[in-house]
Amino acid sequence: MARGVLRRLAEIAVVLVVVSVGTFALVDLTPGDPAIAVLGEGHPPEEYAALRDEMGLGDPFLVRYGRWLGAALHGDLGTSLIPPNSDVAERIAAALPVSAEVAVLGLVMALVVSIPLAMWSAYHADGRVDRVVSAGTFGVLSVPSFLAGLLIIMVFSNQLGWFPRAEWVRLGEGLGGNLYHAFLPALTIALAETAMFTRILRGDLITTLQEDFILAAKAKGMSPVRVLFSDALRPSSFSLITLLGISLGRLIGSTVIVEYLFALPGMGTLIIGSADKGDFPMVQGAVLVVALIYVLANALIDLSYGYLDPRIRRAHV
Amino acid sequence: MSQRPHAPARPPGGSAPLLVVEDLRTEIRTPRGNLKAVDGVSLTLDAGETLGLVGESGSGKSVLGRTVMGLYTTGPAMTVSGRVLIDGADVHALGDAGRRELWGAGVGMVFQDPMTALNPVKKVGVHLTESLRRHGGLSRAAARARAEELLRLVGIPEPARRLGQYPHELSGGMRQRVVIAMALANEPKLLIADEPTTALDVTVQKQILDLLGRLQDELGMAITLISHNLQVVAGRADRVAVMYAGRIVELAGADVLFAAPRHPYTEALLASVPRLGRPPHSRLEAIDGAPPDMVAPTEGCRFAPRCRYAREDCHRVPPVLAPEAAGGRARAFACHHPVRPVVAGGS
Repeated sequence: MARGVLRRLAEIAVVLVVVSVGTFALVDLTPGDPAIAVLGEGHPPEEYAALRDEMGLGDPFLVRYGRWLGAALHGDLGTSLIPPNSDVAERIAAALPVSAEVAVLGLVMALVVSIPLAMWSAYHADGRVDRVVSAGTFGVLSVPSFLAGLLIIMVFSNQLGWFPRAEWVRLGEGLGGNLYHAFLPALTIALAETAMFTRILRGDLITTLQEDFILAAKAKGMSPVRVLFSDALRPSSFSLITLLGISLGRLIGSTVIVEYLFALPGMGTLIIGSADKGDFPMVQGAVLVVALIYVLANALIDLSYGYLDPRIRRAHV
Repeated sequence: MSQRPHAPARPPGGSAPLLVVEDLRTEIRTPRGNLKAVDGVSLTLDAGETLGLVGESGSGKSVLGRTVMGLYTTGPAMTVSGRVLIDGADVHALGDAGRRELWGAGVGMVFQDPMTALNPVKKVGVHLTESLRRHGGLSRAAARARAEELLRLVGIPEPARRLGQYPHELSGGMRQRVVIAMALANEPKLLIADEPTTALDVTVQKQILDLLGRLQDELGMAITLISHNLQVVAGRADRVAVMYAGRIVELAGADVLFAAPRHPYTEALLASVPRLGRPPHSRLEAIDGAPPDMVAPTEGCRFAPRCRYAREDCHRVPPVLAPEAAGGRARAFACHHPVRPVVAGGS
């Protein structure tokens, strides 16, 4: 077990190094000049050269990377190039909870809806409900998220007036208000995820329901609900859990469209906005944090396989 | 009557049998048409009696076992007609909720493959206690104590420790004992054992069959022992029903059937069993041809195309399962030109 964890940690470290080298190389690979990003255009060339020297851009790549990595390991991700030159770590600390909350909320909503839906569909495979669910999920998946978001805003904010739009209330300012404002963006995220989860889980459940142990559980007089939850769900949830890990990482870093629609100050907006302005330290820091969350989430998912199937637990020891 | 002297005597004439199956038909919908897996089976089983149900793969014996319980996998749609009475209750008229009261309480089922019949992610203890709590209304602690007792009953050493283990931590034979304990948890009156030893190696097979026999005596239940293997049934069943292509072709007391089969298929089956008493290198009889297509079976006797006694009428008129003229309940067979009792047996 201990060896497994060590190996896993080493893997995480390798992934993070690769990601950080990649984002760090952005500075060298993209055509923009950080000095121009800071000073703006129209200054004499000497001023740009002096600033580049001051920023250490003249040093070799590995030296600059080492310097940045050393600081990053101490929690210092540098400062933004763009006035007001705010601290990168602070900006991320402000944006991350917003993205994380909306993503987690959206995923929870998706799970709560998709698990019973997939169970019903799988238990009555090719029945009427199953066909409606299949067609419905397919339809939802084919709707781009900006359109789904706009429709949701139109219906729930503009028509019904149940929810506000384009505002964000921080968790610190009260849980009720926070959840109230997080609901619509989470719902927008949940739509596509629900469709995906339902389809994946339905397929795996149908396979599991053919197993002898399901018949054996029925032969003991267990109710269908009990058979589904207690016997069929766990062995059927590997693909679902894997997908969940991938979704979590993806949603935290790249729900730009949903964040724009609902004016959320989240990670996606931070990364895209900074990249647009050539604010490299900000992009590097944010991408590193997203990557860290991504690998941690997937490491957790891998560990959960052991919980799902005791045979795997044993193989790790 | 049979090799088991302690087999309970038949109840006196008046009392109703524990299991009554009347003209049971099960059709499974397939893309090619309806497959007649069970095609008009009638039989009875008394309390405490063992009925062996033998036939080759695809003869419909497993489907019959499940249809008797009213138990189906989710999957292809089935249509069932006919009547099954278990202890007086009409299984197919009971409805889902009623059947669930019966399953695991009045009827238990032992499955073929202990590797797949236990849920890999559930501990042995949960497999047993959930049924006990479902039907017996036992508390958690009482169910656990009873589960331990059940494991001891089926001959599993260190039962308390086994309760906390997962199926993969047990050997195949141990797992089958757990499957049996699971089926017996609420002391059913009828146990349907569907190829209970097929997935086990030979030495373990005997242990499991002996265990079933011992438990039957202790608990007084009736057993339907389904097997493709005549030797599994020999010496353990009171009566034997031979199935071919969805129908029972011969039904007789075990000793009578093995000594003097009347149906050519039974005779051929017996001849295809290897025996120690035969001279070495003697040729094992095989049955020529293949079982019929059950989506569109032929008219007449279904065994006729493979039967060496078949005559012209066999291909036209389906024989019915009729009691032997003189024999009464002792035996019945479905054949126009049965094997003469004198020539019988493949000794």
